[in-house]
Amino acid sequence: MYEMIAFYVFAVSTTILFAITAMSKNVLYAMTSLAAGMVIISGFFFLLGADFLGVVQLIVYVGAVMALYAFAMMFFDATRDIKEKHGNPALVFLLGGLMALIFVVIFSAPIIGENVKANYPIVEGIGNAQAVGMVLFTKYLVPFEVAAVMLLVAMIAGIILAGKKMDHSLTTSDDEPVEYEDELLKENK
Amino acid sequence: MIGVEHYLILSGLLFSIGFIGVLRRKNLLMLFFATEVMLNAVNIAFAAISNYYGDLSGQMFAFFVIAVAASEVTVGLGLLIVLYKKYGSLDLQVIANMKG
Repeated sequence: MYEMIAFYVFAVSTTILFAITAMSKNVLYAMTSLAAGMVIISGFFFLLGADFLGVVQLIVYVGAVMALYAFAMMFFDATRDIKEKHGNPALVFLLGGLMALIFVVIFSAPIIGENVKANYPIVEGIGNAQAVGMVLFTKYLVPFEVAAVMLLVAMIAGIILAGKKMDHSLTTSDDEPVEYEDELLKENK
Repeated sequence: MIGVEHYLILSGLLFSIGFIGVLRRKNLLMLFFATEVMLNAVNIAFAAISNYYGDLSGQMFAFFVIAVAASEVTVGLGLLIVLYKKYGSLDLQVIANMKG
């Protein structure tokens, strides 16, 4: 009973919030509704018994990704409404609606795979975080390490791209060497 | 009791909302928001299937989707900052310089 109430409340609010994200003209509104929708999506994970996934969703998505967006928006002008020229909105909504219709038809069909055997079954009696840890650090160890390397590469790429003056290559430029003077020193002179 | 179909249909609807966003957005930052919506919708489907079959693999894939999304945002925002410095705008029609 409570699960049903929670599901429908969460479902309606995520749909509305994400629709605001997809339709709003204001960057701040879109970002705020996206963050709120992500918080509510973690509620679905708690409902589904994936506690650790819900916590990771809260920490990584709401904590890190949205904070990154908020920082990046300091570079852009976020207060002004963005102007977009929409070529053919009817076609977009037709395609999206068709896609939604196909998804609903596919997912409401009876599930045939009753004889699917769980590879890593959820063991009764131990918590979700412990079970996730045991599977992640034994069966999925290599993908986990690869994901760690990927995050490291992404971090370096982010620093290089957003860093000041780092887009100027010191080794491959043919121009005469540029004077790199610290801006703070320049101001103090 | 809520069946797995409810979660899957919700996930499909959210994915379609993100898809509409990707199709109609011309501002690159808003385009990124729409892709985040799509990734989140897929995560719900993974968690629901994981719950339905009593299998942890779905949750594992959801973790990797979150890791991919985090690195995508890092690199993408760096690129957006470079583009904004160069063009002063994030509109795709301003940025597009190959009129094909």
